[in-house]
Amino acid sequence: MNIQGQGALVTGASRGLGRALAEQLAARGARVGLVARDAGALGDVVAAIRGRGGDAHAIAGDISDKAAIHRIAGQAQGLIGEIAIAIHNASTLGPTPLRLLLDTECEDLAAVLETNLVGPFRLTKILAGAMAIRGAGVIVHVSSDAAIEAYPRWGAYGASKAGQDQLSRILAAELDGTGVRVLAVDPGEMDTVMHAAAIPDADRAALQPPAQVAARIVQMIESGARAPNGARLVAARWDLTP
Amino acid sequence: MTAAIGYPPARPGPLEPRPARPHREPVLRSDEVPRDKVWLVVVDPTGDRAPRLARFAALPRLVRAGDLVVVNDAATLPGSLPGVTADGRGFELRLSGPVEAGRLDGVLLGPGDHRTRTEHRTAPPVIARGDRIAVAGLPATVLAAAGRRVELAVHCDGDALWQTLYAAGAPVQYAHRSERLALWSVQTGYAARPWAAEMPSAGRPLTWDIVLELRRAGVAVAALTHAAGLSSTGDDALDRALPWPERYEIPRRTAEAVGAARARGGRVIAVGTTVVRALEAAADDDGGGVRIGSGVATLRLDAAHRPRVVSGLVSGLHVPGESHFDLLSAFAPGDQLRRAVGLAAQHGLSAHELGDACLILPDATTT
Repeated sequence: MNIQGQGALVTGASRGLGRALAEQLAARGARVGLVARDAGALGDVVAAIRGRGGDAHAIAGDISDKAAIHRIAGQAQGLIGEIAIAIHNASTLGPTPLRLLLDTECEDLAAVLETNLVGPFRLTKILAGAMAIRGAGVIVHVSSDAAIEAYPRWGAYGASKAGQDQLSRILAAELDGTGVRVLAVDPGEMDTVMHAAAIPDADRAALQPPAQVAARIVQMIESGARAPNGARLVAARWDLTP
Repeated sequence: MTAAIGYPPARPGPLEPRPARPHREPVLRSDEVPRDKVWLVVVDPTGDRAPRLARFAALPRLVRAGDLVVVNDAATLPGSLPGVTADGRGFELRLSGPVEAGRLDGVLLGPGDHRTRTEHRTAPPVIARGDRIAVAGLPATVLAAAGRRVELAVHCDGDALWQTLYAAGAPVQYAHRSERLALWSVQTGYAARPWAAEMPSAGRPLTWDIVLELRRAGVAVAALTHAAGLSSTGDDALDRALPWPERYEIPRRTAEAVGAARARGGRVIAVGTTVVRALEAAADDDGGGVRIGSGVATLRLDAAHRPRVVSGLVSGLHVPGESHFDLLSAFAPGDQLRRAVGLAAQHGLSAHELGDACLILPDATTT
């Protein structure tokens, strides 16, 4: 998909990978809606993108809040028009330090699922219908290797990401032939606030900068034909040669 | 409420016909129907065929390969907003169309809410060009005022305006339903840009299961965006002039789909009167296709209108006397429509805008 002039929505866009994705989509000429809970931090990112000539808009909202989802989609389409690219990047680990499943409160698991699985599903329900009727669109779910590997203490997060991977695959199968592509992308370990919360003693020098991962994801969106619909891609293994 | 006592809601099971009451105007129920339980009164204007009932989900079997179904993908705005004049008099602003560049067009109603019938609402405060007012807490200037119809300029950046509209606004609704409508309950399954003052509700029962089945059956489905306006303002003189000119936009893909359907002898089926209005307004001079791009629909459709592009339509149920009934008369003779209404009444169907539906289509395939 040619990103120039397309409407793009990125959740969790006030920092980390989401911020980098919004910046790079805007740099390629997309009209970008940035979603995050923290209106102050979001405003700073939007101002920075606009300062570099990008078309960016702030949408303050909490993806885990059912009542906020139609507002987010409505504000975004009021501001930037039809959404052709939706990136579900916002997610939560749940309470940190991470706990064993048997020590995880049921309510905490439910809250992680609301943010990482049900919220993105609600937003997709709105945006994918509009994409499919027009015959074009890309939906990206930011996944994790915790969706596949059984890492002790990553139970709530891992289960939510595994669920999201499967939503991706089934949505792609159901919308086959409509022009809507759905991808799940494992970004790998990045030097972000979220990573520091999960693994405080990690060697930051060994972690990827979010901008580097964002560049690979943006390229996955651009070069659609190279990944089958519904594919689960690992960013680090993505060949950057166009 | 015009509920027909003695006609129990016979859903989801099979409908039991009631004996017709020949000397009375048919009365339709007026309650909301779940999206997946909608009935369709099928009217075939060719010949003098009797109307019949089908499930809305049977739509893919009522049309044929080569046809094109066109929907309105406008999302419904949270168009009811609280406001206050500079001297503290409150009002309700109802947006009548899309919001662009900080401009709000709509009508004012006096204090109160939708539970009071629109025509019984207290008069709004009188405002004039140049007045400073507030809408949902945002400062605004009156650009134009004609009775209760206003154009306002809001003074804040677009991000803050849209954040405030969605935080403070609610869908426009009317007295026949007392509970507040949630924003998601007035959106179609493919709604995109928030352009509609009221839901383009004919598409409400169109689930993705049905859309994909239509496509598998060789029926194309395409979208346009039409800024469906208000259906009532509470002012008789204003109401008589409805619908006002409404903006529409026809994407290249959809214009091409119309041309292709016509070229192969397929029928163009509009989902909702807003789609009829947009397609007929955009009809090119040859009458065979539609112009790409945006425009403003000013035409009024009635029995005298000869559709140039649209062959048939899906609509809500309307009774004689409603302006929408006149519009349907462009597609089928009045007495045939009256028989359709009679059939709907006999079977306890609902004329609520979120109720049952009709399909008016020449040679509607028999199931």
